[in-house]
Amino acid sequence: MSVGLVLVSHSVRLAEGAAELAREMAPDVVVAAGAGDTDGGLGTSLDVVQGALDRVLPGVDGVVVLADLGSAVLTVESALELDDDLAGRVRLADAPFVEGAVAAAVAAQQGGDLGQVLAAAEDAGAPAQGETPAAVAPTPVGPAAAGEAVGDAVTARVVIRNPLGLHARPAAVVARAASAFGGPVTLQGVDATSVLRLMALGTAAGTEVEVAARGADAQDAVATVVGLIEGGFGEV
Amino acid sequence: MGLDVAWAERWVRRTADVVAEERDHLTELDRQIGDGDHGENLHRGFQAVVAKFDEPAAQERTQVGDVLMLVATTLMSKVGGASGPLYGTAFLRAAKRSARPSVDESGVVVLLEAALEGVTSRGKAKVGEKTMVDALAPAVEAATAAADAGHDPVEVLRAAAKAADAGATGTIPLVATKGRASYLGERSAGHEDPGARSTALLLGAALGAALEGGTADVAAGADPE
Repeated sequence: MSVGLVLVSHSVRLAEGAAELAREMAPDVVVAAGAGDTDGGLGTSLDVVQGALDRVLPGVDGVVVLADLGSAVLTVESALELDDDLAGRVRLADAPFVEGAVAAAVAAQQGGDLGQVLAAAEDAGAPAQGETPAAVAPTPVGPAAAGEAVGDAVTARVVIRNPLGLHARPAAVVARAASAFGGPVTLQGVDATSVLRLMALGTAAGTEVEVAARGADAQDAVATVVGLIEGGFGEV
Repeated sequence: MGLDVAWAERWVRRTADVVAEERDHLTELDRQIGDGDHGENLHRGFQAVVAKFDEPAAQERTQVGDVLMLVATTLMSKVGGASGPLYGTAFLRAAKRSARPSVDESGVVVLLEAALEGVTSRGKAKVGEKTMVDALAPAVEAATAAADAGHDPVEVLRAAAKAADAGATGTIPLVATKGRASYLGERSAGHEDPGARSTALLLGAALGAALEGGTADVAAGADPE
């Protein structure tokens, strides 16, 4: 199961920029821009959107589309209505363009299916405060056995070393690593598999954070995340 | 016999002509409360549709819906902004409901209802928000009443066109709450909505196409009187 992204914006540069950001955080995910009018000027075009879908669809099982303003949304909806074959494989996310693209890309990188990647994008528009609703948290792709006894949480404290703190790229690195474990992994109490929630912490260099995990591989999970943070994400 | 494939094609060609004549007016209306491209966008779209009519068709158009489908896909491709997807969806839904060689008076109503449903579902607009819906909704209502009263397709279209024209004029005092004009808030009042006006022009062209050369068809049809 692989999910690709198509970013539909009025502006080619806006979509390309968002795609660049998403690819940086999710290097194995196919992210295409379907932006601008047919001449590359500001606007949206059915042909351009269909072209982007045609490029991405052959290599993936499903596509999540993000669109920026009014007519971009209308154009995507029109493309889906015109081609009944797209209905099962392409979903338009009701999500903020940049945050949604990043969250969707990371969820796709983590191996999420179409529904999970869509949910990740749409959850990006929800308030960042508070708990991650379990229903929309990316499902871990690790070998978690159902009914496995959940032991006590394993925790560790670690100081953020890299000068820029947990910005986008390190957050994505942590989220990808955390999603490989069976049990829940948190950083400062937020879901460590969610790149947006990690970024929303705004953790700066020099801050001490708590990493916690549960489940059979909790020790490994905490050690891995602590190792990444201590390594400075290649920035120190 | 009702309004046939030839009528549908005449309708579209007349629309292209009317939009070409009125594009500066539509653009001026749009300049006042929108982004000033409505006339030019629609003109480009309908010119592209006419160009497709003039190409040798891959498949003969035998149903009213075939013509409307060509309009739908071309407008969606060629018209930027919101009006391409909105008019495209209107024609798409109408095309799906008119897959027959001709439409009678109730067929005209079904076609218009489908178009309205397309615009409202895609644009999420209701009556009174200063949009295309303010021309199209009264047109559907008037067409339904005319068909129920036993009028022929031409009279149904006449009722629709008249109601759409009045509906478009009626948008002048409205404050926009949907679409680009809503950014202006209260300042959008006092201007006619360009989408409502272009909708009225389109329905006027449908009537014109029915009156022109369509009289033989209509006369041959079963007159309810």
